[in-house]
Amino acid sequence: MKPIQLLRARRRSGHWHWTDIAAYAYLGLGVILMFGPVVWLVLSSFKTQASLLEFPPSLLPLSQQEVRIAGFPQPLPLFAATLDNGERRELAQIRRIGLIAQMVDPADPKQQYRVATAKLAPVRHLSFMTSNYTEPLQKFAFTRYLWNSVFVTMIATLITLLINSMAAYALSIYEFRGKTIAMLMVIGTLMIPITIILVPVYLVVTKLGLVNSLWAVILPGAATPTGVFLLRQYMLTLPRDLIEAARMDKASEWQIYWRIVMPLAAPALAVLAIFSIMWRWNEFLWPLAVLTKSESFTLQIGLNAFQGELQTQWNYLLAMTVVSLIPVALVFVFLQRFIATGIANTGMK
Amino acid sequence: MTDLPTGIEPQAAPTASLLARLRRAGGTAFGAVLGALLRLVDRPMRLLQQLVGERRMAYVFLLPNLVFFSLFVFVPLAIDLVFSFTGGESLFPSQRPYVGTDQYAYLFDCGSFFDPASCRVDHFWRGVANTLRFTIFQLVSMVTFSLVTALVLNMPIRGRGFFRAVYFFPVLLSPVVVALVWKWILQRDGLLNAGLTMIGGQKILFFVDPGWAMFWSVFVSVWAHMGFYTLILLAGLQAIPADLYEAAQMDATPRWRVLWRITLPLLWPNLIVVIVLALIRGVQTFDEVFVLTGGGPGTATLMIVQYIYETAFASQVQNFGLAAAASIVLGVVLFLLTLAQLSRTRSAS
Repeated sequence: MKPIQLLRARRRSGHWHWTDIAAYAYLGLGVILMFGPVVWLVLSSFKTQASLLEFPPSLLPLSQQEVRIAGFPQPLPLFAATLDNGERRELAQIRRIGLIAQMVDPADPKQQYRVATAKLAPVRHLSFMTSNYTEPLQKFAFTRYLWNSVFVTMIATLITLLINSMAAYALSIYEFRGKTIAMLMVIGTLMIPITIILVPVYLVVTKLGLVNSLWAVILPGAATPTGVFLLRQYMLTLPRDLIEAARMDKASEWQIYWRIVMPLAAPALAVLAIFSIMWRWNEFLWPLAVLTKSESFTLQIGLNAFQGELQTQWNYLLAMTVVSLIPVALVFVFLQRFIATGIANTGMK
Repeated sequence: MTDLPTGIEPQAAPTASLLARLRRAGGTAFGAVLGALLRLVDRPMRLLQQLVGERRMAYVFLLPNLVFFSLFVFVPLAIDLVFSFTGGESLFPSQRPYVGTDQYAYLFDCGSFFDPASCRVDHFWRGVANTLRFTIFQLVSMVTFSLVTALVLNMPIRGRGFFRAVYFFPVLLSPVVVALVWKWILQRDGLLNAGLTMIGGQKILFFVDPGWAMFWSVFVSVWAHMGFYTLILLAGLQAIPADLYEAAQMDATPRWRVLWRITLPLLWPNLIVVIVLALIRGVQTFDEVFVLTGGGPGTATLMIVQYIYETAFASQVQNFGLAAAASIVLGVVLFLLTLAQLSRTRSAS
């Protein structure tokens, strides 16, 4: 940490190297470029369909104010109008005939005006269209997708934790014939991503009768080489005496695994759990290939299907995208540091 | 299972708090369920141990993972080969006639390998050309930006944790979300075009122009994954011994020289990891680009994996044999890249 202190000392003396300024400029730009798009997504998701389509877009979700005036069945849109005598007034629009709008004064409904539309500016106020969020829940199978994603993520993570920790336990605690081969098999699977065995895995899943079931998404990725390695590395550091002592006390091998090694490996299990949740929640290619019926879609596949169907209904699409972001945002806020060290230590994602 | 000491490892601090949080959240109900489950499994496991002996329990622990690996990785890899040497439209190998190397001959039937249009399977070769272009541009910009970001984040700046989080968070987003966020910004009446018209430019139809579509595919991919590579480089930077910088400071060595003579050479192993990982990921690119551009306009951003997916699952005639042959070709490329990485890491350690 010495050089840092030296640099700080230099900084305090008021001497700024140009690289310091460049660094802060770069970081500032980074904040806009990295955060901006997501902030823009969230802001846009609260806009009305009409204001989503306007160009240039407004920054905040605004919608035009409307007033109810006695004698008119519909609420009328409010405009700031510049009258012929240069006076500015807030008027409600009754109808528009070509380039002339017929306006009425909300304060004095008998008073009507004819104003050129060019002299009108809509009066708008901040309003959040929460219906963008509530309507898709009723209109589309969105809750279904949400549930499917939650189910897949939870069950798959539990299975991954169980079977990977079992394998890691075997590969870290025991000496047995074929251990090297087993290790090589695990390494081998690292080199075979789903992208190159897409078709045959589909065949296996078909043979198992799982097409269009959520198990088809859960099972193929349940055993992960990265998970086995992560847990094995950790279990190797556990004190052997503890295990020997348990054996002396006639604990069965399963009890040693379940009651001693698993609780001790909890930190590594937590890392794997977080990774598994991320992988599963965001998984795309394999579910896209194996799920063809919309009732078994996961959230990601559902969103992708929506963006094809709802090209004009960005308001729903954006809101649903935001919903799919929520778990990720929670993970990020609470566990960001944790994942960061995980990646830095293992180089996996 | 709570009476044992947990978190005895050196970096216990963040882990312990997470565990405490998890434990509080999970509550006792979860513990009760686990306990019941444990008792349920305990008895048969003890019997099994008496049957096979203590030593051989290793195989029992290893079994579930190996079944999964065999079923969803090794068997599929073998079937992949079978598929690529057989023809017909059936998914079941027994109903597929043997055609020798016809699939490969068909795939490689090209007038000139530098001109996709001269190939019989021109989409595959367009995919190859696009993937190559994408991978190179992505690799160069990914390494450049993640290196610059890591160097900046390694400087003694205020709010380092915040800035690191800013660059890291898109890593957690799903590819579908990433693509939709940018699609929303880049669309005809989107934020970027609003900015362009504001500074007096013309609207650009980014997804109609092949060059722009490729540019944004690379850009979005770098935006989403840069944080991951930055973390790997940052870990490397922080491992460089501080006394080296101290010595340089004493000699009043200029900063660029420190960077060139100390930082970059010592960071080289991490840079290699980043380069190889970015290469392997680049070759397998699918998700973001598929949702962002759909491979368009025309075939301008069609990647190999998209070709495989569409040939096998999303076309009128599902040509599993051709898709398998293309997968095998992709697999060979990935295998060579992984070998390069393994030999690098071996020589490094």
